Formats: sequence, structure tokens, C-alpha cells
Amino acid sequence: MKTPWTKTLLYALLTICAALVLYPVLYTFFMAVMTPEDASAYPPHIIPQSIDLSNFTEVFDIVPIGSFIGNTFLVAGLTMLGQLVTASMAAYAFAKMEFKGKNVIFSMFVATMMIPWEVTMIPNYLTVRSWGWLDTYQGLTIPFLATAFGTFLLRQFFMQLPKELFEAAKIDGCGHIRYFVSHVLPLSRPALGTLAIYSFLSMYNSYLWPLLVTNTPEMRTVQIGISMLEFQESTAWNLVFAGTALVILPSLLLLVFGLKQLVRGMAAGALKG
Amino acid sequence: MRENMLAYGFLAPSLLLFAVFLFYPMFKSVYLSLHSTDPTGQIAAYVGLDNFKAVFQSGLFLQGMKVTLLFVLFTVPTGMLAALILAALTHNRFKGMRIFQFVFSLPVVLSVGSSAVIWKFLFHPTLGMLNYLLGKVGIDPIPWLTSPDWALISISIMTIWMNLGFNYIILSSGLQGIPDEIYESAKIDGAGPLLTFRKISMPLLSPTLFFVTVVSIIGAFQSFGQINILTRGGPMDSTNVFVYSIYQEAFVNFRFGTGSAQALILFAVIMLLTLIQFKWVERKVHYQ
Repeated sequence: MKTPWTKTLLYALLTICAALVLYPVLYTFFMAVMTPEDASAYPPHIIPQSIDLSNFTEVFDIVPIGSFIGNTFLVAGLTMLGQLVTASMAAYAFAKMEFKGKNVIFSMFVATMMIPWEVTMIPNYLTVRSWGWLDTYQGLTIPFLATAFGTFLLRQFFMQLPKELFEAAKIDGCGHIRYFVSHVLPLSRPALGTLAIYSFLSMYNSYLWPLLVTNTPEMRTVQIGISMLEFQESTAWNLVFAGTALVILPSLLLLVFGLKQLVRGMAAGALKG
Repeated sequence: MRENMLAYGFLAPSLLLFAVFLFYPMFKSVYLSLHSTDPTGQIAAYVGLDNFKAVFQSGLFLQGMKVTLLFVLFTVPTGMLAALILAALTHNRFKGMRIFQFVFSLPVVLSVGSSAVIWKFLFHPTLGMLNYLLGKVGIDPIPWLTSPDWALISISIMTIWMNLGFNYIILSSGLQGIPDEIYESAKIDGAGPLLTFRKISMPLLSPTLFFVTVVSIIGAFQSFGQINILTRGGPMDSTNVFVYSIYQEAFVNFRFGTGSAQALILFAVIMLLTLIQFKWVERKVHYQ
């Protein structure tokens, strides 16, 4: 692998693969800045002939994309916060406390990871509907506030914290609650960050549940909103793609800043099996 | 005693939420599957196992299973092979590798909702870029989403692309977990890169590969978004995967009973796959 020849070949091969993987994303951004004539030209233009940023403002007039994005950020943010709170508390109990029935409850948590979401979907829909929670933020978020995966992730991290730390805190008269809030949580920022990115992304990207529980355009999330765009007969492609570009931009930014954290979380998931 | 109370306090929020949105629905699913419901979801009558019988007899199950298995067959081996090759090729410290690593991880953050919309336009029969590019190299346009022969393949292509990020990330971290010393000693013994890969990386990577296989298969069984956006199960049921037909039964036809029966069958299948995985994890622990 040391000769310049094989190295060039490797780079060439990787560049072709990267272009193939990247193309759908580039295509989105190219189309997003094309003029209507440019976008509907035949043969299609691979690279925009001109750059027209007015698509981004125009798409706001056609669909309430601002409220889609606002809703989604609110829903994903609330779920993220909720999951951080519930998972870190449960993880602390499993990692640092002794109590009756610990093993039973722990295996119950394991079991929840085996339940595919689709099995609980129909009853949950009926529950949420009977409570009048269709088209509400609580209907979108509350069923997802607890996470077994997140609990495991954090438990693993909490268990790695040195025992001596707790002993020392105890001598200083520090109980579980204070130890948890003022020592464990600040020390666990990397793990909490991983879970935060992970849960934000999965909520931001969720599709089926928001499709079921929301009906009004005001309550729709971006993933549903974006697929509504293409059904608007009069809408030009460049506008659809301007909307799509706006929707995928936050996740791409999150990837740029959080790739390492995300990889760590996924690797932890894989090791745990 | 006080520690007991406190621990339950810490667990209470999670336990409460699981009870309401996981454990209760599990039982409710079983209950619903044994009843017929009216279109509002109210229980109409106890029907015993009739819903399950109906699912098996109507061909819903067979069709859903057939399409889902084909979908697994199309997406899992190809998706893993592509990710494995890319992970192996980017597993060295050449200049600029981080850019490639970033690009190959990228699909992981793209949702099924936006990905499907992007691909819907790439697949467009006349204006789509794919057919245009194929035309450039002299290949006739392909009826990507409109022909029953092609629709599932098209959805598989899109799904492989979408899953690449996850598979790539997991397989890359698996490769990074293999200690450098092993490679060093193989090099001293004069093993070439291909032999090293086959004799060292592959066996040591096998637990990771198995994990990715199981997760991908389970993922394929749970696919919904791309089907709903790209083909809605059609043409001629050629893309009517399992979850899509659950969705159809429950939320389009409002038959919550048969929908629940189908969901429980899906649960049984996924449970089986998960149990196989746990068995493997035990062996993996032994193996290291």
C-alpha cells in the first residue's frame, strides 16, 4: 500500500464512492438555488447555471415551513431534555444505588428494548386520542420521554466513575441527590452530550408517529411537511428542494459538530449488543 | 430503607412512562388482537384467534412476509458489503481520510422523510437525474417506481444509501477496536493487505458484523417512511412491506384488531431475531 500508484488508485476509488454517496445531498442544494426554468429544463442541469436564493424565501409563502421547523425543534428539544432527565436518574439508580428488586427492574428495562415500536403504536395512538392529545405537543413528546437505550448508555458511563469519589463525597456529608446533581452530572457531560445528540436527531427525523398524531398544518413536523410539499401540484421542484435543504441543514450541522459524540454513542450501542 | 425509597424515586419517571406507553400497550395489543373493533377503535366483539386466521388466510401475511424478506435480501448483504469495503479503505492514516470518513457517515443524520423526497425526484421517470445519467451512457430509462419489477429494487437502493452511514460508523469503530500489534506482527510475517484483511480483520470483526446484520434485518422489518412516500405499497403490492400493511390495516382501514394481530406477529419475528443475537453475544464474550 506504500507505492504512490496504489495510493493514487485508492484516492480515486474513494473519490468516486464519496461522489456517489454525496450526490443526492449536493443535488438537493443545487436544485434549491436554481431558478424555476433552470430546475425544469430538459436535459436537466447537473450544476446550477445561476444562483437564485429567493427560493428559500418563496417556500415560506407556500407551506408554513417556519412553523414546521419551529414545531420540530420544540418537540425534539423537549424530548431531548426529558430523556436526559429520566435516563440519567434511572441510570444513577442502577449504577450507584442498592435497592430491592434491582435485578428484576433492570431486566425489565432490557426487555423494553426488544419491543418493536410498531407493536405499541396502535394502543398508544388510541390512548393519546382518548386523552384528546391529537395535534398537541404533549401527544408528540410524552410517549418518548423515557429511553431504555439512553439509560444503558449513561449507566455504563456512571459505573466508570471512581468509587473513591463517592466515598469522599459521603464523608463530606453529601447524600445521593447532591452527589448526583453536583458531581455525577457535571462529570458525565460527554455521555450526556452523546445522548442529547442521539435523541434530538431521532426525534427530529421521526416520521410515523407525527404522521399519526398530527393533522393540522400548524402541528405538522418537518418530516411530514416536507413530504407534503411534493403534493402541491403547482409547486416547482426548486421550491421542494429549497424546503428539503432547509430541513436537512440542521442535521448536517449537527453532524459537523457532533460526529465524534455520535460515533461514540453508536459504538457503545454496538458493544453492548 | 431510605436508599430503597430514593432509588425508586429516581426510577419513577422512567417506570411510569414505560408502564403507560410500553407495558400497558403490549397487553392492550394482545387484547385488541383478540377482538374486532369499530372504526373509532371501540371494542365490538371477542373473536378469539379469528384476526390471526384472517391475517394468514387473506394473504396479507404471506405477501408482507415475501416482500419484507426480499427487501432484507436486497438491502442487508449489499449495504453491509459496501460499508465494509469503505470502512476498510478508509482505515488508514493517509492525508484527507477524515473528509472521506465524514462523507461516508453523512447519511446517518438524514431522515427517511427528507431522503425519500430527494430520491423521489432522482427516480422521476422523465425528468429524474438517474434516468438522464443512464441515458448519457446509452441505457434506456428505467421505470424505477412505477413498475412492480423495479419498485422494490428502487426502494432498496435508496435504503442502502440511507443505511450506509450507520453501517459505516459501526464497522469503522469495529475495525479501530482491533489492536495495532496484531497487524504489526502480521506484517512482520510478510502477509499482504488482502490476506491480513481476510485472516485477521474479518474474524476479529465478526461480532460487529453480526451485530450490524441483526440490526439491519430488524431495521428492514421496520421500514415504513420510504415506502409511504415513494410507492405507498404499490405498484400491485410489490412494496407492501410488513409495517406498511399494519399501518394500512389500522390507520387507513381502521381495523385495529387485525392491525394488532399483525403487529404481534412482527413482534414475534423480531423477538426471535433478538434472541439469536443475544445467544451470539454470549458466544462473543466467550470468544474474547
